[in-house]
Amino acid sequence: MTAATDTVSVRSRPVHTWLVVWAAALGAVLVLFLAQDHVSWAVAYPAKAVVPVADWISTIMTWMKVNLTWLTRSITAVLGVPLDFALDLLAKNFKIGAGAEAFTLPRLSWVGIVAAAFLAGRAFGGQRLGLLSGGLFLYIALFGKWTSAMLTLGLIAIAVPFCIVTGLLVGIWAWERPWVEKYLVSPALDLMQTIPTFAYLIPMLLLFGNSPVSAMIATAIFATPPMVRATMLGLSRVPTEISEFSTMAGCTARQKLWRVLLPSARPTLMVGVNQVIMLALNMVIIASMIGAGGLGYDVLLALRALKVGEAMEAGLAIVALAIALDRLSQAAAKRQSEVHGELTEGQSFWIRHPNLSLALVLLAGTTLLSLVIPFFADVPKAITFTTAPAWKAAVNWITVNFFDAIEMFRVFLILYILNPVRAFCEGFPWLGAVFLLGLAGWQLGGARLAALVALLTTFCAVTGLWEKTMATVYLCGISVIIACLIGIPIGLAASRSDRFEKIVTPIIDTLQVLPSFCFIIPVVMLFRVGDVTAMIATVAFAVVPAIRYTNHGVRQVPPALIEAAVVSGCTKRQMFWRVQLPLALPEIMLGINQTILMALAMIIICAMIGTRDLGQEVFIALSKADSGRGIVAGLAIAFIGIIADRLFSAWSAKARARLG
Amino acid sequence: MKIASQDNPAVAGKTADTRPVKLACRNVWKLYGSGASEFIQRRNGKASSAELVEAALIGAARAVDLEIRQGEIFIIMGLSGSGKSTLVRCMSRLVEPTYGRVEFEGKDLLSISEAELIELRRHRMGMVFQNFALLPHLNVLENIAFPLSIQGVDRAGREARAREVIELVGLRGREHFYPRELSGGQQQRVGIARSLSTKPEIWFLDEPFSALDPLIRREMQDELMRLQSVLKKTIVFITHDFDEAIRLADRIAIMKDGEVIQVGTPEQLVVSPATEYVAEFTRDVQRAKVISARSIMRPAGKAQHAGTVSPDARVASFSAEIIAARKPFAVANGSGKPIGEVTPEAVIDLLAGIDRGRASA
Repeated sequence: MTAATDTVSVRSRPVHTWLVVWAAALGAVLVLFLAQDHVSWAVAYPAKAVVPVADWISTIMTWMKVNLTWLTRSITAVLGVPLDFALDLLAKNFKIGAGAEAFTLPRLSWVGIVAAAFLAGRAFGGQRLGLLSGGLFLYIALFGKWTSAMLTLGLIAIAVPFCIVTGLLVGIWAWERPWVEKYLVSPALDLMQTIPTFAYLIPMLLLFGNSPVSAMIATAIFATPPMVRATMLGLSRVPTEISEFSTMAGCTARQKLWRVLLPSARPTLMVGVNQVIMLALNMVIIASMIGAGGLGYDVLLALRALKVGEAMEAGLAIVALAIALDRLSQAAAKRQSEVHGELTEGQSFWIRHPNLSLALVLLAGTTLLSLVIPFFADVPKAITFTTAPAWKAAVNWITVNFFDAIEMFRVFLILYILNPVRAFCEGFPWLGAVFLLGLAGWQLGGARLAALVALLTTFCAVTGLWEKTMATVYLCGISVIIACLIGIPIGLAASRSDRFEKIVTPIIDTLQVLPSFCFIIPVVMLFRVGDVTAMIATVAFAVVPAIRYTNHGVRQVPPALIEAAVVSGCTKRQMFWRVQLPLALPEIMLGINQTILMALAMIIICAMIGTRDLGQEVFIALSKADSGRGIVAGLAIAFIGIIADRLFSAWSAKARARLG
Repeated sequence: MKIASQDNPAVAGKTADTRPVKLACRNVWKLYGSGASEFIQRRNGKASSAELVEAALIGAARAVDLEIRQGEIFIIMGLSGSGKSTLVRCMSRLVEPTYGRVEFEGKDLLSISEAELIELRRHRMGMVFQNFALLPHLNVLENIAFPLSIQGVDRAGREARAREVIELVGLRGREHFYPRELSGGQQQRVGIARSLSTKPEIWFLDEPFSALDPLIRREMQDELMRLQSVLKKTIVFITHDFDEAIRLADRIAIMKDGEVIQVGTPEQLVVSPATEYVAEFTRDVQRAKVISARSIMRPAGKAQHAGTVSPDARVASFSAEIIAARKPFAVANGSGKPIGEVTPEAVIDLLAGIDRGRASA
């Protein structure tokens, strides 16, 4: 706090007062820590006083399971129809009839889909994008991941439209009624986006069983929030004049919304669609644990068997799919009609949409051909190749030649950094944490924030999860600090050199679209399982916002201020430290906030590779289908996220307000 | 507050206007703040500035009385924050007035149903916006046809009408361009064409040229005059630019802090400003372009006349001739009957900015 104050060189009395308060508070906690033999209940939460929230939730869930079977069954049946159709169409072939009379209609031919991907890319973004997206699909085919990738794609293809429609309707509802937004939608969205992905899976598993349908529902719930936000944002950004115009033109309320406001908000809505697609992909991969199948399942199987080569290969296929979907949807969002020619009524559909027509013809043609020519039905083994042995050999080579260096690094990290911090965190008195966080909340946002923060922290303690919570905080904290130490300097460098920015931007763009799963694989290959791996994967995953926000924050300093600084005779160094950095600070803090949330999400997924924290708790609950335990642990994780988010947002808002 | 008489005989440009009143505001108030409605109801539509301040209310439009006659260009002029945009929005009920009546052809606009209001807006009102408010996802043709499209006019019908107005505003050949591909001036032509596509009777123009470069602005003003000479709409035009107001207006209402300070022809405002504030605006106006022969004529003397002008002719239109002739011109009305004369000295005084009549008064 003092650092932020120094930079604007305001040393007013309140700062001194707060310094004294903080010193006293820290002293009190230290006393608590030293006297822990006498007040052990305030350090480690007593097991006897644990509130059995988990049992309550389990009871509710069991009741729901028993009494709502009719509902869940019918939802499964209804959603199963389009989902099965998509999966059959893309991956599994249609089976009609049963037994000996069964008759099989082929799925879409892979050749046709690769061609369609090429044409879609060409239609949206020109020849280069066409080659990229066609090439990525071809890559998936040649690596023998076709069927898995199509299973994943089929789930996305059904989940995404569902998310978009739901998100749009909820967004409109919230936009029309401010109280809905304030009391219903905003809190729900916050919670949905901070609850870890794993925690979604448990109630789905319980209610809908281990099936693609429950994976799809989990995906839909997880991926809808950005669409809601994009809808609200887009609608509120439509210029007042356009809304007034529609009223003056005599639009009814419905015409105004659907024919004027929503089309005018299209660019923002399309950003939402892009985010929905990427989140859906991310979630479909994770939902492979509850029966989604596809590429995620391949990774999961390979990781469980510690076959790093196979895991890497499946991971790369996910990367290919992610990049293709991201670039295609972004290009589709940016595309604007440039046709000036007359589109007369007489022209046929085929002439007006040449790329779409060609794609349909190719899909139909190759699929028909696949009835007679096996080449079109399945990617022939002869032309696929696998890189798994190569990856394995590479890992072996590295392990043989650099084992000592890597091991030394790993052991050093564990012995001198991770373990001491872990011990400190796990021994931290819960009452002290409630007190200190509450104090921070009070200083940054007043009584309401203080109460919220203290309450959420208390929840983590009274549910008996204090030690695991602190284990999560420790790993997350270290990862965030390292991510910031790496990310902020890179962001600063990028902000000062256009050339460096050009190099960094595509890299962080790509890092950002990769599903979280993919970060684990290469690190596991080198560092095996454990906290070090989790930390490195988390840093790689969470470093992006630190870079992006820092760069953006420094660059958005108004040019007039820079000129004023130059005219006042600032050297480059002075300008940077005394003008650009202080003005960029609120933005950088938002970046750190994002980094924390992403790190938290990643840490939880790292439970798969054997960390011992809240993620593990969720993971165990998932394997035992123990809904109460899983949901409570999930809530605890969400609360850590919410506490960090609220404190940092308040801090950032305060700094922003001070800068005017 | 005194509103300068509109028919001040000394400066009256024309005989009393007999055209029917198209749109009228009767003691219209728009107040912002909590309890605004009860506040003004309780006072029966009367409140002073001090009372508003005391009640912590902001008066965007205060006690506005206006009558806009059929076929005239009525300009509402004021600086930003003077309430002119709010007033024009009260007239079209984009903003709901807090108190008072808005009459459209004598019928209270505030008491009609939502459905009637939609009908009225669809067929009888048109509006042009400062920042064009074109729909970004539609091309020129579709933008212009949009108001017809939401009325349910079929495609052929609305496109035919759209092409007519495209022709009218001179945008032929751009039908399939998107707004982002057009210059500001062209975009506003689309806005104008769109508002005309439904053949409205009353036409609201909310600072239509303020977002344009000065040169384009002048061109668009000429364009508007040309259109009006063909269309003869009732126009309510908002601007903060007094020169623009003078160029276009039949009558001008000057607003300040939500109040209409003076209503009159440009000449009336220049010759007899109601307050210092109005005088401040009119100070830099080229008077010869505003003031007519009637205002500077004197009873005809014995002298020989070198020519004849109409009483409504602007001085600027004959100043060069009269100075060259060095002799008075006769002022004759429509039937050719002389009603006075204008001397070269009076014209020179006017051009030089010397105001003998008022200086002596």
